[in-house]
Amino acid sequence: MSEAIMIRDAVCSFCGCLCDDINVEVEDGKVSRVRHACRLGSSKIMGHGRIQSPMIRKDGVLVAASFSEAYERAAQILLAASKPLLYGWASTSCEAAKKGILLAEEVGGVLDSTATVCHGPSVIGIEEKGLPGATLGQVKNRADTIVFWGCNPAEAHPRHSLRYSSNSSGKFTPQGREGRKIIVVDVRETRTSKNADKFMRIVPGSDYEVISALRMLIAGKGEILPDVIGGVKKVDLADIAATLKSARFGAIFFGLGITHSRGRYKNIDNALSLVAELNSHTKFVIMPMRGHYNVGGIGQVLAWSSGYPMSVDFTRGAPYFNPGETAACDLLAKRDVDAALIIAADAVSNFPHATAEGLASIPVIQIDPYENPTTILSDVVIPCAIAGVEVEGTAYRMDGLALRLRKLVDSSLPSDEEILTGILESVHRQRQRKANQGA
Amino acid sequence: MSPDFFKAVSICHLSENDFKLLGLFEGRNVLIKNDHGQVVLTAKIDAGLPDSLVFIPMGPWANMLVGTETGGCGTPHFKGLEVDVAATDSPVLNIRELISGMGACCHV
Repeated sequence: MSEAIMIRDAVCSFCGCLCDDINVEVEDGKVSRVRHACRLGSSKIMGHGRIQSPMIRKDGVLVAASFSEAYERAAQILLAASKPLLYGWASTSCEAAKKGILLAEEVGGVLDSTATVCHGPSVIGIEEKGLPGATLGQVKNRADTIVFWGCNPAEAHPRHSLRYSSNSSGKFTPQGREGRKIIVVDVRETRTSKNADKFMRIVPGSDYEVISALRMLIAGKGEILPDVIGGVKKVDLADIAATLKSARFGAIFFGLGITHSRGRYKNIDNALSLVAELNSHTKFVIMPMRGHYNVGGIGQVLAWSSGYPMSVDFTRGAPYFNPGETAACDLLAKRDVDAALIIAADAVSNFPHATAEGLASIPVIQIDPYENPTTILSDVVIPCAIAGVEVEGTAYRMDGLALRLRKLVDSSLPSDEEILTGILESVHRQRQRKANQGA
Repeated sequence: MSPDFFKAVSICHLSENDFKLLGLFEGRNVLIKNDHGQVVLTAKIDAGLPDSLVFIPMGPWANMLVGTETGGCGTPHFKGLEVDVAATDSPVLNIRELISGMGACCHV
C-alpha cells in the first residue's frame, strides 16, 4: 500500500458554490477521504456506481461495445438526423461545452442546457433587464441584509451560508450571522427559513404580486395597496421594505421557487426592477442560486461563441435563439427533433413525463459517468471520466467567477471533451466516406 | 440509479392536518391527480407546510403531474399546480415501471 497523498484546496464539482477549500486524501490511486466538503460534494468526490463500458442497443438490449464503435454509431445517428438536440452540459467542463458547440454546428443541431428546466427564466429576465450582481466574496465581506427567495440552500447548497452568505464572517461583517438580517420568502417552512430573522410565507404563484407590492412600498406608494398581498399582511411587507431600504449592502438570492412558479421569467424581471430601485436608496445586488456546478459555464461559453446563453438552434446556418421554440422541452413536446445527445444530465427524470416521452421515439446518445433513468431510453451509452475529480477543466461559479477544476485521481475513461472529439472525428470520417462514394 | 434518490423523490409531503384528514398513517400512500396525469407516492408529514399545500421533490414522480407547456420561455410550469389528493392502497411504481409506458427502446 502506498502512502496517502493530501491534495489541498481542490474545487468541488457538485453545485454552483464550487467550494475551493476541499482537502482530499488519495491512497493507491483512489480517494480515501474528503474534508471540508458537504455531504453532496463528498459523495461525488468519493465516487459511486459507474457505467463501466460503452454500450450500443442491439435488438432492444444494451450490449457492451468499444469506444470507437460507440463514436461511430453516435456520429451515424447525428448525421442521419435532420434536427438533433444536444442537451445537458451543466455538469461538465467549459472545454467540453466548447467541443459540443462545435459538434452542434457541424451536424446542424440545437444545443440547450439544463438551465432550461432550472434558471432559464432567470437567464431571460437578466437578458431583459441586466443583472445588478456581485461576487460571493463581496456578499460575504459586505452584506448586512440577505434575502433568500424561493430557495433552500440549507438543503441544496449546504455550504453557501457558512462560506458566502448568512453565517459567514468577512472583512466588514466580523459578527457573522449576528451582524446580518436574514429574510426568507417561501411557500413553506424549510431548514433555510428556520435560520431567518423574518420568514415571509407567500401563497404559491404570488411572487410577482409580492415583488410589485414591495416596489410600491419602497417608492412610497403603499397607501394604494390592499391589506393582504399574496397571503402577506401589508404591515409585514412594509416592515420588510423598510429593512431592505435601511440595508448598508443587501443581497437577494433566488431559486426555483420563483423561476418555476406562475410568472416565471416575469418574476425575475420584476425582482431585477426591485433591486434596481433599491439601488436608489442603498447598495443592493441579486444572484440566482445556480444548481449544477457549471450550468453558469455552459451559458458563458454559448454566449461568447454564439451570442446566446441557452436554447441555441444551429440548424439554420447561423445561431438562432427563441426559447419557447428552441428550448429542449418545447422541441421534445412538439416532437420537433429526431435524435438527441444527452450529456451530463438526466433528461428523463427532470422533464415533464409527456415531454420526456419525446425521447422514447427517437435515437438517444448518452454521455455520462453514471447510469440514470435516461440510460433506459438510450441507444448509445458512453461512460466518461468526471471533471473535477478525474480530469481538469474550467467551471463558472454561480456568481460568474471562473475557477480551474483539478484532477484528483486517474481514470481509464476518456473525458467528455475527448468523447466529443471522437464523435466529431467520426462525423468528419463518415461525411468524407459518403463524399468519396458519391464522387 | 441510486435507490436513495428514488426513495427521496417518490414522497409527498403534507401538513399534519391534511395527513389526518385523509386518514393517512406512516407508510400509507397517496394518489395525486391532475389534468396532466397521476402518480402514487409515499405520504409523509411536514410540519412546515400549510394546509392544502403538498410538496413533492423534483424528479420523475413529480413530473407525472407537470404539463408540457412552457409559456414561451422554455421552462415547464413545475410549481403551483392544482392537484387532487386521496389515500390509496396502490403501490408506488419503481422507476422502470414509471417510464415503461414511454415504449423504450428499439429505434436503432
